[in-house]
Amino acid sequence: MAITASGLRKAFGRTQALDGLDLFVRTGEVHGLLGPNGAGKSTALRVLLGLVRADSGAVDVLGADPWRDATAVHRRLAYVPGEVTLWPSLTGGEVIDLLGGLRGGVAHDRVAAMVERFELDPTKRCRAYSSGNRRKVALVAALASDAELLVLDEPTAGLDPLMQAVFEQCVREARAAGRTVLLASHVLAEVERLCDRVSIVRSGRVVDSGSLTELRHLTTTSVRARLAAPADGLAALPGVHDLSTDGDQVRFRVDADALGRVLPALGERGVRDLVCQPPTLEELFLSHYGSRS
Amino acid sequence: MTGLAGVGALVRLALRRDRVLLPSWIAVLALVAISSAAATGDLYPTAASVVRAVGAVNDTPAMVALYGRVPDVGSLGALAMLKPLATGALAVAVLAIVLVVRHTRAEEDAGRLELVQAGAVGRFAPLTAALVVVVGANAVLGAVTAVGLGAVGLPVAGSVAVALAWFAVALVFAAVAGVTAQLVTGARAATGLAVALLGAAFGVRAVGDTAAPWLSWASPLAWAQQVRPYAGDRWWVGGLAVLTAAVVSTAAYALVARRDLGGGLLPDRAGPARAGRDLRSTTGLAWRLHRGPLLAWAAGFAAYGLVVGGVAADVGGMLTSDQARQLFAELGGQGELTDTVLAAMLGILGVVASVYGVQATLRAAAEENTGRAALLLSAPVGRLRWAAGHLAAACAGVVVVLVSAGLAAGAVHAVRTGDAGQVGRVVLGAVVQAPAGWVLAGIVLAVYGAAPRLAAAGWGAVVVFVLLGELGPLLGLPGWLSDLSPYAHVPHLPGGQFSAWPVAALAAVAAVAAFGGLLALRGRDLG
Ligand SMILES: Nc1ncnc2c1ncn2[C@@H]1O[C@H](COP(=O)(O)OP(=O)(O)OP(=O)(O)O)[C@@H](O)[C@H]1O
Ligand SMILES: [Mg+2]
Repeated sequence: MAITASGLRKAFGRTQALDGLDLFVRTGEVHGLLGPNGAGKSTALRVLLGLVRADSGAVDVLGADPWRDATAVHRRLAYVPGEVTLWPSLTGGEVIDLLGGLRGGVAHDRVAAMVERFELDPTKRCRAYSSGNRRKVALVAALASDAELLVLDEPTAGLDPLMQAVFEQCVREARAAGRTVLLASHVLAEVERLCDRVSIVRSGRVVDSGSLTELRHLTTTSVRARLAAPADGLAALPGVHDLSTDGDQVRFRVDADALGRVLPALGERGVRDLVCQPPTLEELFLSHYGSRS
Repeated sequence: MTGLAGVGALVRLALRRDRVLLPSWIAVLALVAISSAAATGDLYPTAASVVRAVGAVNDTPAMVALYGRVPDVGSLGALAMLKPLATGALAVAVLAIVLVVRHTRAEEDAGRLELVQAGAVGRFAPLTAALVVVVGANAVLGAVTAVGLGAVGLPVAGSVAVALAWFAVALVFAAVAGVTAQLVTGARAATGLAVALLGAAFGVRAVGDTAAPWLSWASPLAWAQQVRPYAGDRWWVGGLAVLTAAVVSTAAYALVARRDLGGGLLPDRAGPARAGRDLRSTTGLAWRLHRGPLLAWAAGFAAYGLVVGGVAADVGGMLTSDQARQLFAELGGQGELTDTVLAAMLGILGVVASVYGVQATLRAAAEENTGRAALLLSAPVGRLRWAAGHLAAACAGVVVVLVSAGLAAGAVHAVRTGDAGQVGRVVLGAVVQAPAGWVLAGIVLAVYGAAPRLAAAGWGAVVVFVLLGELGPLLGLPGWLSDLSPYAHVPHLPGGQFSAWPVAALAAVAAVAAFGGLLALRGRDLG
């Protein structure tokens, strides 16, 4: 395990930002952290970095306690904050070298290659960068480092689609090189393409965690069919939800474990056409977000 | 004009953000003026005693350099308001600069202005709103002060003239800050440039009042005294200030019209693509962040030193009346008069150097509040080392600016007196001021460590300590209260008694405060 956190609680005044959060990230995986605004993703990452101390709970990052052994842990990880602010009078190249230098030096050819891939102009003063370019500076510094663990808070916010593709390629390479990546994101397609496992955070708690296949398994499949006979009685079958008919077309959602019992019932009514779709990540997500109370 | 749309909303926003700053600033200034007026009335009950006191003040070049002259030998009001008028003028000028930069350039740097201007807010609205706030705050301050001064028995017309005098200075420096906010590339630099101009105005007035009265007219800061409250009440000087402010703020508006949001007037040139060897550690970064302001401060201090060194020898000889000699001897001990002049001037430098210490230490808070500290401290850098780096830069900077002033003053003074030994004496007199500055830096770090949002309260400490020194004797405050101020323990050098222990004690207090701050920082969340 690269990261184990259990029962993390953190309150800011009256806001309970983390409310018993458990998070497990395996070494070498790309782990996605999803959740609505204000769910506590960034706070969780800051606790993992030892910038913020949890009120209670246990944290272990790369085998150490990030609050007590912050420097030792930081030597082995790199972080891109959710909001990147840089020193206005320094150039992007200087910031990259500064952050690398603090880590004990980074091979310059790696930096140069990253700068080139992200099409960053390292001679510009940071005050002159657009917000996307500021993020690129932090990304280049993190990706070019030899850190074993990359902690990325919304790494592609503000990047154009081309740069998002470059970023995804870099993350794949990082995984191939055996590095662990933990990323918080709102871009579902990106999470779907990149992440081996996902944790969904809501109100300071992980409400669901696992590979996408596992998560899907727990939810519903959507079914669309054209039937010869009327759809009477289908709605009453256990595990069937939200059934609607339009002429000979019928649509409904069905629990994954009830699918086996529903298919014969469809067959009895003469299936002319059938489409079964696993839930998209978006649906998965909305099912978690939607139950906000 | 659509360029002004939204001024009302911005003024309300500014008043809300300044709901603590403005009332406390107004209350402190008004109370200082009113209480010293009341106290002075008790000190000089007869007309003859007033004349004697005014004579002593006007014959004491150090007093004249600091506060200006009392224009009328027989006016109790003019005597009572000499110090409050001068220090108040400085204070309202600083407030005007802070307010204007805070509501224009600082908002722009934070990116909030962009958000605001995307709404129905005109291009010229932020500057206008800032100026409106300055005018309004000073109108309230003036009204409160005038009523208070009248209530303690000073003539009404003169009391209104005091209000006008401050108003004039605030107006001019608000306009100046409006220009500097447009000229340079950031709030910090904009404040720095405006304060440097204020410092120059102070220097011109000090030299003018002691040596060449016509020169004082070149300093807007001196216009406060030129209004001559209780000594002729020259209202037209207010007109001069309004005219000047109008011209300068027209320039500010013209600059607003020409400049893009976020930029300076001069485009940024490309910089190095790679960091040099020196920028690969937190120490290197601290040096990069502090060196620009430090060099500017050191240059300013050296310039002040040149002036002090140039006039010190003459000023000592100009003390003619016995009262002045006596007053001076009381101020500085038994040393030679020239020495006491030098010591008094270096004492002011000590206070100003501590201002450097405060603002340099506050850099750590700014780094945290902008989120840059989080990025930096996610690298293998201990947060104590990082914070201690900023403190060290602040404390070393205090010494650097004092030495540069001491060297400049000492060298010129040595040339004028033909005595090379003066260099060392003057430099020592400057350097012994440093521990008081360290104490303030330590206090700021202590507050920052415990509550980063309150770190700016360090400015409050400077104001309180200065007031304890200024008002303590006048109001008859108990000794222990005045002794809370670190400035009270600095040896008066050259000329006075040097003793190492108060210096060491100040350094120890600074160390304890700083240590407490670091301890608190270690145990709290980093924003
Ligand atoms: N320093 C702080 N002081 C007070 N409240 C805070 C602080 N940091 C976070 N919070 C609160 O904690 C909660 C969780 O915030 P957090 O930033 O972790 O959310 P998030 O999941 O990252 O949201 P987003 O997707 O919008 O980035 C929010 O309600 C936020 O207002
Ligand atoms: Mg966040």
